[in-house]
Amino acid sequence: MSAESGQLRGRTAEAFLHNPALGPLGALVVAVIVFGATTSTFLTVDNLSLVVQQSLVVGTLALGQTLIVLTGGIDLANAAIMVLGTMLFARLVTEGSAPVLALMAGFVICALLGGVSGGLVTWLNLPPFIVTLGMLTVVLAVGRLYSQGSSWPVTDSMLNALGEGGYLFGQIKVTHGMTLAVVMFAITWYALTKTGWGRHVYALGNDPEAARLTGIHVGRTRFSVYLIAGVIYAFAAWQALGRIPNADPNAFQTGNLDSITAVVIGGTSLFGGRGSVGGTVVGALIVAVLRSGLTQAGIDSLYQDVATGVLVIAAVAFDQLARRRSR
Amino acid sequence: MAPKSLQTPIARRLAIGVLTLCLATTTACTKTKSGSDDAGDKSGPVKIGLVTKTDTNPYFVKLRESAKAAAEAKGATVIAVAGKFDGDNEGQVAAIENLVQQGVKGILITPSNSTGILGALKQAKEKGILVIALDTETDPKDAVDATYATNNTTAGELEGKYVKATLGQTAPRLLMMDGSPGGTVDEQRHRGFLQGMGLKDGDPAILGAAPTNGDQNKAQSAMENLLQRDSSVNAVYTLNEPAARGAVAALTAKGLAGKVAVGSIDGGCQGVADVKAGKYLATVMQFPRKMAEQGIDAVVAFSKDGTKPNGFQDTGAQLITDKPLPGLDSKDTTWGAQNCWG
Repeated sequence: MSAESGQLRGRTAEAFLHNPALGPLGALVVAVIVFGATTSTFLTVDNLSLVVQQSLVVGTLALGQTLIVLTGGIDLANAAIMVLGTMLFARLVTEGSAPVLALMAGFVICALLGGVSGGLVTWLNLPPFIVTLGMLTVVLAVGRLYSQGSSWPVTDSMLNALGEGGYLFGQIKVTHGMTLAVVMFAITWYALTKTGWGRHVYALGNDPEAARLTGIHVGRTRFSVYLIAGVIYAFAAWQALGRIPNADPNAFQTGNLDSITAVVIGGTSLFGGRGSVGGTVVGALIVAVLRSGLTQAGIDSLYQDVATGVLVIAAVAFDQLARRRSR
Repeated sequence: MAPKSLQTPIARRLAIGVLTLCLATTTACTKTKSGSDDAGDKSGPVKIGLVTKTDTNPYFVKLRESAKAAAEAKGATVIAVAGKFDGDNEGQVAAIENLVQQGVKGILITPSNSTGILGALKQAKEKGILVIALDTETDPKDAVDATYATNNTTAGELEGKYVKATLGQTAPRLLMMDGSPGGTVDEQRHRGFLQGMGLKDGDPAILGAAPTNGDQNKAQSAMENLLQRDSSVNAVYTLNEPAARGAVAALTAKGLAGKVAVGSIDGGCQGVADVKAGKYLATVMQFPRKMAEQGIDAVVAFSKDGTKPNGFQDTGAQLITDKPLPGLDSKDTTWGAQNCWG
C-alpha cells in the first residue's frame, strides 16, 4: 500500500470520527439509490414527500431525544408526553377552549413534564433511565385517564395546520410541518454547534466531572436540556395532530424506542458526548425510507423490522469501533 | 449494591428474618384463602371477575361498563382488571390469579393471546370457578366453559361479500389492512373476508397486505406505501375502524377517495358516523354489550344452581351501510347510531 493511500484512509477515518453523521448519510444515499433502481415508484417526488411526512413525528421526538442522549441520558417518556400533549390540544378545543390557549396549555404541560424529569436527574442524581421509565408509566396512565377511554377527533384548522397546509414548488409539496421541522432542526443545530451552551452539552456528555472542573454549570445545563426536550415533544404533538387529526391515548406505543432507533442509526453515541442533529435527521429518514422502499419492493413488513434492527446494532458497533480507534 | 445499612452482618440477618416472616405470612394467607374457595362463599353478593385485554380501548370500556350494569341489576359485583397492552399475557395471568384469590364465582375474559393464558385458566377451573371467554376464543376452545363472541369469520365474510357486491362484475384489485401477525381474531377476519370475496391467500388480485396493529397511524403509513407501489386498487379490507380511517386518509391524499370500495368491522360510534359521512361504505357491527350481559347472566345462574353454559355462543354481527345491496341483509346508519358502542 502506498503512503498516499494510507494517508487517505487515515483522513477518511478521521472524517468519520469527527462527523459521525457521514456513515448514516452514506447508508441513506445507498438505500435511496437501491430502491430507486429496483422499484419504479420509489424515486418520485410524490413518494419522497410522503417519506418525509412519515418521518416527521418520530423525527421531532428524536430531536429532543438527541439532546438528552448527548448528555449521556435517555428519555423513555418522550412519546407518552407527546401523546398527552395531543390529548390536551384535542380535548381542550373540543370542550370549547380557544385553539391558541389549548396549544399553550399543551406546551406548558409538556415542558413541565420534561422539566420534572430533568430536575430529578439533575438534583436528586437519579439515573435518567429510571426517572423517565417512571415518568413513562405515570404520563401514560394520566393520558389514558384524561382521554376517558376514547379518542378525540380534531377538526380545528390551527391544530391541523401542520399536516394540511403548505406550499407547492412545482410538483413538490412542502407542508407547514416540514417547514417547522427544518426550522427546529436548524435552531437546535445552531445552538449545539455555535453557542457556549451547545459546547457545554457536549462537554457534559463526554465527562461531567471534567466539565464541572472547567467551570461549566453542569446541573443547570443538564436541566435545560430536559426542559427544552419537553418543549420539542409538544411540537411533536402538534405535528402528530397534523398528520392524524385524532388524539388517541393508545397511539405511538413504541414512539420512545422509535426515536432512540433514529438517534442511534444517526450516529449519536448512547454513551453521550458524540453525535449531531444532522445525524438524527438522517436516522429518522433511513427508517422511513426502508419502510417505504421495502414495501414497494414487495417485501414482508417483518423483514423490514429485521432490517431496521440490524441497522441499529451496526450503528452502535460502528460507534464502539470509532471510539476504540480514537483512544 | 445493597444499601449501606444492609452491609453489617446483624442488619443483614435481621432483614432476612423479616423477609422470611413476610413470605411465610403471605403463603399462609394464600393457603387459607384458596382452601375456602372450593366450598364457595354463599353469603354476600356474587363476585364476578372481568379480565379485558386493555382498560383503555373504547371497545373494552363498553364491555366493562355493560358488565357492571348487568351485574348490578342482578345483585352481583364485578371486579374489572386488564392487561397493560394487547398481547400482555403475563398481565392477564396475574389478573386471573388475583381474581381466584379474591374468591370470584366466575371469570369473564377476553384472552389477549388465545394460548398464553391456558395454565391460569385451568387452575381457575379446578377451583370450581366458571370461566367464560368474551370476544375472543381460546385455543383450544374447550379451555373455557363457554365463549360469548362475535363469529369473526362471519364478520369478515359479511365485509367481503359486501365489497364484492359493490364491485359487481369488475375484477377485484385488493389491498388488505391486517391486524397483527398471529392474532386469532385478525386471522379469522382476514380469512372470512377472502371467503366472502371468493379469493384465496396468494391470489394475484391481492395487490398487497400490511399489518396495522389496528392503529390509525400505522395503517395510514402502510396504505401510503402500498399505494406508491400500485394505485390501481379498487377494494380495501380493513380489520377495524381505526385502520379504516388511516387507510381512507391515505386514499384521500392520493385522490382515490370514493373510487375504492372500503369495508370495515367493529360498529363503534365513530365508525358508524364515518360510514354515514361516506368515508367508507360499510362496517360490520359487533355487540360487546350482549357478550357482557350474557356472560354475567351465565355466572349468576351458575352461582344459584350450578348450571354451566357450554360451547360457542354467537352474539351476532350486523352489516351497517347506507347503500344496501340486494341479497345482503343490512341496517342503515340511523339504526347503527342507536346500537353502536363506545
